[in-house]
Amino acid sequence: MHHVIIGAGPAGVVAAEHIRRLDADAKISIIGDEPEPPYSRMAIPYFLIKQIDEKGTHLRKGADHFAGLGIDLVQDRVATVDAAGKQLSLAGGGSVAFDRLLIATGSSPATPPVPGVESQGVYNCWTLEDARNIVSLCQPGNRVVLMGAGFIGCIILEALASSGVDLTVVEMENRMVPRMMNEASGGLIKAWCEHKGVRVHTSTKVEAIEASGGALNVVLSNAETAGADMVISATGVRSNIGFLEGSGIDTDHGILVDTHLETSQPGIYAAGDVCQGKDFSTGEYSVQAIQPTAADHGRIAASNMAGMSQVHQGSVNMNVLDTMGLISSSFGMWMGVDGGESTELNDPGGFKYLNLQFADDLLVGASSLGLTDNVGVLRGLIQSRTRLGEWKDRLIQDPTRIMEAYLARTQAVGFNAYVV
Amino acid sequence: MLRALKLEPEKCTGCLQCEMACSYENEGVFNPSKSRIKVFMFHDTGRFAPYTCTQCDEAWCMHACPVEAIVVNETTGAKEVLEDTCVGCKVCTIACPFGTVNYNSASGKVVKCDLCGGDPWCAKACPTGAITYVDGDHTGLDRMRAWAQRSQPVEASFNTPASKDVSSYQRA
Ligand SMILES: Cc1cc2nc3c(=O)[nH]c(=O)nc-3n(C[C@H](O)[C@H](O)[C@H](O)COP(=O)(O)OP(=O)(O)OC[C@H]3O[C@@H](n4cnc5c(N)ncnc54)[C@H](O)[C@@H]3O)c2cc1C
Repeated sequence: MHHVIIGAGPAGVVAAEHIRRLDADAKISIIGDEPEPPYSRMAIPYFLIKQIDEKGTHLRKGADHFAGLGIDLVQDRVATVDAAGKQLSLAGGGSVAFDRLLIATGSSPATPPVPGVESQGVYNCWTLEDARNIVSLCQPGNRVVLMGAGFIGCIILEALASSGVDLTVVEMENRMVPRMMNEASGGLIKAWCEHKGVRVHTSTKVEAIEASGGALNVVLSNAETAGADMVISATGVRSNIGFLEGSGIDTDHGILVDTHLETSQPGIYAAGDVCQGKDFSTGEYSVQAIQPTAADHGRIAASNMAGMSQVHQGSVNMNVLDTMGLISSSFGMWMGVDGGESTELNDPGGFKYLNLQFADDLLVGASSLGLTDNVGVLRGLIQSRTRLGEWKDRLIQDPTRIMEAYLARTQAVGFNAYVV
Repeated sequence: MLRALKLEPEKCTGCLQCEMACSYENEGVFNPSKSRIKVFMFHDTGRFAPYTCTQCDEAWCMHACPVEAIVVNETTGAKEVLEDTCVGCKVCTIACPFGTVNYNSASGKVVKCDLCGGDPWCAKACPTGAITYVDGDHTGLDRMRAWAQRSQPVEASFNTPASKDVSSYQRA
């Protein structure tokens, strides 16, 4: 049995290791096109601030980790997939036959429809190679414009600001991280960044990027123009599905899968940023493009590939973000549901915010700012669909009592195990 | 047989000896705010619940880690944070559905219970047997694992332990 995995990111690596755990004899190959050992994009912000070196970004640290597990790493780009013939063709020439295939090709930065976006000096911050370029250009005093204050934009913001560059952030929506935070908390993140000396334009579009004598002029929709030595584009991501055209593997935003993460072609699975998998909260299929989901997908796809049937119940969409020291997180239906109830603690002066969203007496979503203790229990309460009973009203009174609510509703608390 | 912490809230009096012992053993100071085990207080009813990592098999924290900074201690079964490798990205703090991995802004790393290498100080310090270190089978871990498989709403009372074994821990 030859298991072939395309993509050496977290989804692919977790899957390969899990297949090995379940099947000591199978042949396992990972084909990845980046000229690096398997690494984690998530570690890039820490590489940018020189907290870690390149090795610190590697997914696995042992020098012979993959060889030791009998996992072949092949550096090449898969050009086409022949689903019926169970063959891949490689950009470097040659082909690879597979019995089971996992497509874990991740996603790539979207190119915004802005004139001049292809100019020299405009970078993405997506790969280790991008990060190397950015490090070399982030010299104190250089002017940098960050296009997009979404999740990725905000997560690299601190690295950029702390390198001493003169930073301007431009976001189209009316607040920062609009897909993770509401107006109150997204607004607080903006206030925080401005307080730290970063210029932030929200509700502002980049109209054009013009080259001018070795530097760039970034023309904004608010009639201002920002001079820049470097522009970083962080305006969203798209699943890497282009090479599947004509393969018979059905795609939408990402690769369409069933609850076993199997694609429309038997024996071919998908995982991670390229996979349009089930969302736990909505029950619908969407591309989440987050690390925990990539790991979930990787393990479940691997089980199914190795013949141990496992159903994907859906992943909870969640994020945690550190924007220049202000930590925010969001879970599930943080924006609420029709007919649901919500509660909010808002302390703008203290940069603290907590919002809980309920449907009936279930927690279905949450977002927080400036609160880090026990935040994971928000995921636990959502995913375990724990009935809150009278604790719902207590949480509406004081949303910070989440851990007590969880314990009271799942553990035997109280003398003689009477549930509180 | 791996051993595990068994937590019995109904025996807890809220004395916080466990938090003192944990913070002293792991951080070198008597400071409950630095403890990895926490006693949650239900002020309205005067009840208490000690809680910390159950070293669950799923190890969501470990699988979500992007840089292999959480590893299994083969002797104790504990999932341990490698401080030198942790980059402080906090993804484990949201991945853990029990809320027992926390970010420490002073160190810029995450912290969680590591069973003190197989001799947990919270259990040694607990004067009432609310925290004991016992054979893994006794802790109801299976029940905790079961929640992940559930997809239908279940009354929380189903989650309470059915029966309890008498603590087998002997104070030194
Ligand atoms: C700067 C940054 C910070 C981030 N921070 C967070 C965070 O804090 N939390 C979070 O949840 N997520 C974060 N993410 C997102 C997270 O990194 C992704 O969700 C994760 O990498 C997805 O893993 P994956 O294995 O699906 O894809 P990837 O990691 O993208 O790996 C896919 C691999 O497949 C390769 N590939 C693509 N096509 C082919 C082909 N045809 N042939 C061969 N190889 C191919 C790609 O080059 C790539 O190496 C961050 C991303 C970035 C860039």
